[in-house]
Order: sequence, then structure tokens, then C-alpha cells
Amino acid sequence: MNFQLSDEQAMLRDSVARYIKDQYNFDTRKKIISSEKGMSTESWAMFSDLGWLSIPFSEHYGGYGGGNEDIAVIMEELGKGIVVEPFVPTIMLFGGLLSHCGPNKISADLIPKIIEGRCLGAFAYLERQSRFEITDIKTTATHSKKGWCINGSKSVVLNGSNATHIIVAARTSGGQYDSSGISLFMVDADTQGISILPYGMMDGHKAANINFDGVIIPADALLGKLDGGMKFVEKIMPQVLIGLCAEAIGIMAVLNEATIAYTKTRHQFGVPISSFQALQHRMVDTFMAAEQARSMVYRALCAFSEGSLEVENERMRSLHAMKITVAKSSKLIGEEAIQIHGGMGMTDELNIGHYVKRLMTINLMFGDGDYHQRRFNQISYEAA
Amino acid sequence: MDVTFTKEDLAFRDEVREFFATEYDSSVAGSLNLATISDGACYKDAIVKWQKKLHAKGWIAPGWPVEYGGAGWSITQKFIFETERGAAGIPAVIPFGISMVAPVIYTFGNEQQKKKFLPRILSSDDWWCQGYSEPGAGSDLAALTTSADLVDGEYLVNGHKIWTSYAQYADWIFCLVRTSKETRKQQGISFLLINMKTPGISIKPIVTIDGRHHLNEVMFEDVRVPTENLIGEQDKGWTYAKALLAHERTGMAEVADSKRAFSELKERAKYEVNGGRAMIDDPLFQMRMSDVETELMALEYTELRVLAAMAEGGTPGPESSLLKIKGTEITQAIQELQLQLVAYYGGGIPSNVQKDGYGHAFAEEARCGYLFGRAATIYGGSNEVQRNVIAKMVLGV
Repeated sequence: MNFQLSDEQAMLRDSVARYIKDQYNFDTRKKIISSEKGMSTESWAMFSDLGWLSIPFSEHYGGYGGGNEDIAVIMEELGKGIVVEPFVPTIMLFGGLLSHCGPNKISADLIPKIIEGRCLGAFAYLERQSRFEITDIKTTATHSKKGWCINGSKSVVLNGSNATHIIVAARTSGGQYDSSGISLFMVDADTQGISILPYGMMDGHKAANINFDGVIIPADALLGKLDGGMKFVEKIMPQVLIGLCAEAIGIMAVLNEATIAYTKTRHQFGVPISSFQALQHRMVDTFMAAEQARSMVYRALCAFSEGSLEVENERMRSLHAMKITVAKSSKLIGEEAIQIHGGMGMTDELNIGHYVKRLMTINLMFGDGDYHQRRFNQISYEAA
Repeated sequence: MDVTFTKEDLAFRDEVREFFATEYDSSVAGSLNLATISDGACYKDAIVKWQKKLHAKGWIAPGWPVEYGGAGWSITQKFIFETERGAAGIPAVIPFGISMVAPVIYTFGNEQQKKKFLPRILSSDDWWCQGYSEPGAGSDLAALTTSADLVDGEYLVNGHKIWTSYAQYADWIFCLVRTSKETRKQQGISFLLINMKTPGISIKPIVTIDGRHHLNEVMFEDVRVPTENLIGEQDKGWTYAKALLAHERTGMAEVADSKRAFSELKERAKYEVNGGRAMIDDPLFQMRMSDVETELMALEYTELRVLAAMAEGGTPGPESSLLKIKGTEITQAIQELQLQLVAYYGGGIPSNVQKDGYGHAFAEEARCGYLFGRAATIYGGSNEVQRNVIAKMVLGV
């Protein structure tokens, strides 16, 4: 039994932490968010130089060949800096899908470019009505003379406005809610018929709504098997959820530390407010909430590690339980951080609200706490 | 125990409904939409326009004594008015003038002050803001240090107020200022009315986490205030302020507004789907909704009990803290569900999103409502302070 990081992982952690401390402070982030792109191409190039963009990709493509644990290490540290560059959409979603459906011509072409920082990706799956059911897809891809023709509208595509390439989930057979009959397609962002409406999310990240109006792409733009797209999505999901939850525990650590520090310096009634038992007990609760969330991330990591003896159901229970726990802890920690900071916690100027808003967005990604609780209940109680 | 309406009550209800239906027209409603708060001038104009309509009808300040312009309503009529207002989705009257400073003026002010200030508060010609909190005086309000020194027959005010809501629109500010440093800290405080146009006052906006400008810092540098603007006696301001705070907290139950917000939530839950099923049909979401709705049903009667007791015995006591705590917590719980309902769409900046037909004004309201709503448990005396009040004054511990 050992929950220590390896030497390489500790080096990775320190490298990200040092970068954020030296080159990605809150003011820098503010400037990046208010820029038109909403991300820093210099930072992204630096991420590439430091090797972070190569972490999950196989050596075959020039990657580092890292696993879930390495992703968790880097994501926790990125969380501490609430970094807005598109690591999740480009590396984990777009890159993850490419890795799993390869090796093929497209992955051989694009993955090295991702690693070099020259390819920014997005995964367009969500639609206005889909909420958390990824399989609720109306966008269609039909055969055309030249290959495929895509029609439909995608919402809240993370990194959708900066992506050079987009993977689109489209229906090639079946009904609107069927999990089979969905296929993935690689589309250049500047293909004719694509219109992109960019906007900023409350967490400072960029997203876009994307319309596909008779977009023609070649026959070999199909990724993997026809109608088999959901299999790839299911394959990347554990790593995506673990990565996001690791980011969340990094944020929780910052919020709790900042809140405790604030109560020691803020004086009311002639004493630091940290001396009030009413606040002490609540900060103990937020401390415990962060520990429980961290434990669930570790549990999920163990469940999905290569040597894991867990059966599939048990793995999925750990995955859902992680997202549920992180949702609960995020809510408690975020709301208490604002409340205990008082009026200061309400200001846009202080970093607290920005950390909280990222936690709120993470909670919404790939199912909120309630969504995962429903799934957990189904696996745990309904089948029995 | 009797909560049935008399024939007169029902007639009154119809009159209120009729008035709201005809007078709160789309031009008023549209400009009062949350989305317009970012456009300050437009927001203020719309509020003032609506409040003037209420004034013309004689319904702007139903709680005031009749001699100053109150409506002389029974507690049932007040309840009916509030309920109908909430149901119609009409915002409450801005409290700073009508329900905060005015009761202090008509209770503790002199005749000249009543004559000067009350009519312009009633007519919404003066917009008031509240100068209480300071950077070093939040929950510990009595620690305030903004000073007012008598120099050449005038008060010379110096200091720094913070979290001042809508100071950017204000004509007047009512302030707690320190006029004596010798005594116990509560005893050297005075209640002073200050014209916002007086030289030496400057305002600095505070943008909140919802990205909007509701709050401000107000700085006073050698601001000269005539002594006739002092309410009551010098150094007795804390007593007046405490009476006001109880009034303020009673208004924070916001039952009518929460009922409205909840019915909107329920309506919206019919249209937000997951896997083709409306959220209102989802058992887990139903549980979340009924958790809140039952709390709200209880609070409605808690408020009625407090109001009934007040009608018997005058001013609200420490029980107003209960209304503030439960009211703000329920408001926040509804805001959380609204945000949960819109899911991803609560995360986007919708002025853009709306353009392509994803029309999610509700999503923006949900996000901004939730984010600014976090302030409700902080302002007006944080809920921690309210719990201290109940522990001390009600439980006697």
C-alpha cells in the first residue's frame, strides 16, 4: 500500500507548481482572460517545451506514455493556478479520442502536432437538449459523393473558438437517444459551412456554439468504426473525470488555505475571526471535505490502474462516487470560502470567486453530482 | 387561529391584481429585467418610473404611519399585497429610502427633517444609500471609525464606507459616524444624513463575482455637513441604527419573491430535459425541489406569525433574525436549483449565446442570481451574527 508519488511524478508536480508561481499569477491570468483569444499562445508553447502536452500520448507518437496518475498530478497543479489554457479539451478530450481510435493516418499526423503545441483541438458532442446525456445527439452525418455531410448544432464546445481541429459526434444511424449509431469525425475548423459563435464561460475558459451547415468532409475523416463512436468516448471518460476531479482538489486546497489565512488576519471585535469556534468548526468541515475528495480521486485512480482487480461495476461505482464526492465538497468549500471571506469574497478583484467559479464549472462537466448519483444508484441498487 | 380572507380582503386582492396587471406593463417590466442592471441609468430610470406609479396610487410605503403617507393596511392586506407583488414578478421597492432611513426619520427625526425628507422619499425623487460598513467594521459594526467632528458649527466628516449598494445612483446617504471616542464604542456613534453631491465625497465601484456593479466604496474627505442633518441626539445613533436593522432583517424573508422564483423554477423544469425526460419528472430533482418548497411553506407561516406579533406589539424583535437567516438560505437554495437546472448553459456568457437562438436569459439570471445571491448571507448582518443574536436574545445563552 503506497500513495506516494514517484520521483518522476514529483518532478512533474514541482515543474508545474514552479511555472504557476513564477509565470502564471492571478494578474497574468486576468490579462489572458480579457484577451480576445482567452488563452495565451506563449503559455501553450511553454507547456509544450516543458513536455506537459506529451504526457498521456504513447512513445510511438513521441509522447511520454503517462497514465491517469500523471494526468492527475498535472491537473491538480493546473487547478491551483486556475489555468485557462485548453489542456482538458485539447489533450484529454481531443487527444484522448485520437489516441484510442488510432493508430491511423489522422492520429499519426495530428498527435505529434498536439505535442508540439501546433494543433489545438475541441470535441463537439453536446447539443442544446442533451444536458448530461452524451448520447442524445441530433446532429447527423450522411454519406455524400465526396465523403460525409454533417448537419446540426453543437453547444458549449470547450475551446471551440481556438481549435484548429474539431472532433464531431454525429448520428449515423439509430434514434436520437441511442448510444449506438454515433460516429466521430475529424473536421478542420475552417471547413466551409462551419460557423462558430465564441463566448467566455464564467470560469474564464472559452467555449463556442458551433453550427454545421452541410459541411462536407472526406470519407477518411471517420474516426474508428462507423456507429462505434461511443466506445471511444467511454474509454476516455475515466481519465477525463479523474483529471477534472484532480483539478478540483487542487482548487479546494487553495480555497481552504486562503480562507484559513484570511481568518487569521481579519480582526473583528478586537480578535482575529479565526478565534471564533463557529468558524473553526466550519473550517474543520471544509478541511474534511477536501480530504474526502482527495481520497475519492485516489480510489478512482486505483480502480482504473492497470493491475486493478476490480470488476467493471466496481470501477464505475468508484468513478461515479468520486464525481459525487467532489461535487459535494466543491459546493461546501466554495460557498464557505465566499461566506467566511465576507464582502471580500464577493469581489471580482479577489481570486476567491474565480476559484469558486471554476469549481462550479467542473461540477457541470460530464454530469453534475446528481447525474452521477443516479448512475451510482442504478449500478448499486437497481441491478441487485 | 384564522387565516381566511374576508369579503373586503378579497375585494382588496382583486384591486391589487388589477393595478399590477394594468400598471406594471411590459415597458416597465422589460427595463427592470435583471439583464439591464448592467446598464445603470436605465435600471434606475425604470425603478423610479415604477415606484412613482406606486406612489401615485398611495401604495409606495404601506408600512409607514398613515400621517406620513402610509396606507393604514391591516396585516392581512400587507400579506395580500406582498403575495400578489411576488406572484406578478414585480420587484420589491428599493429599501434604502422607504423601509430603512424613513422609519428612522419619522421615529427619531425632528419636524423639519420629516418635512424635508419624507415627501421626496415617497415620491422616489431622492435615491438613498446606506453608509454603515467600513473596511474594518463589518460584523463588528460598532468598530466604525468614520469621524464627524464639529468645526465652526458644521460636522467635518472623514472616513471610508464600503459595500454601499447603488451609491452610484444615490442623492443621499445615511451614515453612522463617530462623534466621540471617549466612551464605550457603541456610545460615540451618531446618525447623519449626507447629501451625496457635497464636495469631498468620492465613489469607487466594486465589481462583484457576477461581473456586475452593485456595490461601491464611498470615501469622505473633509466633507462639511450641516448639524441640522443629525438625527436625534449626537452620540445616540447606535440606538436608532439598531431599530433600523431589525426592520431591515424583517424584510429579508422575501417569501413572496422566493415563491415566484420557485414557480419559475418549476415551470422551467418542464422544459429542461435529460435523455428526453423533463427534469420535473426526475425523482431526484423532485426531491431537491420539495426540500426547498417545504422549507418555504414553513417560512411563509413563520413570517406571518412574526408579523401578527408585530401588529400586536409594535417593533420587530430578535425574531427578525430568524426571518433573515431562513429567508436568505431559502433564496440561495432556490438559486442553486435554478443553476443546477440550466446545467452547462449556466456557465456561458449569454449575451452572445442568445444570438444564435439558444435563448437562455434564464441561464444568465440563474448564474448571476446564484453568484450575487451569495451576498445575501453576508449583508444586513451576516447570518453568523444573526445566529449570535438569537443565541443571546432568544435562547438566553
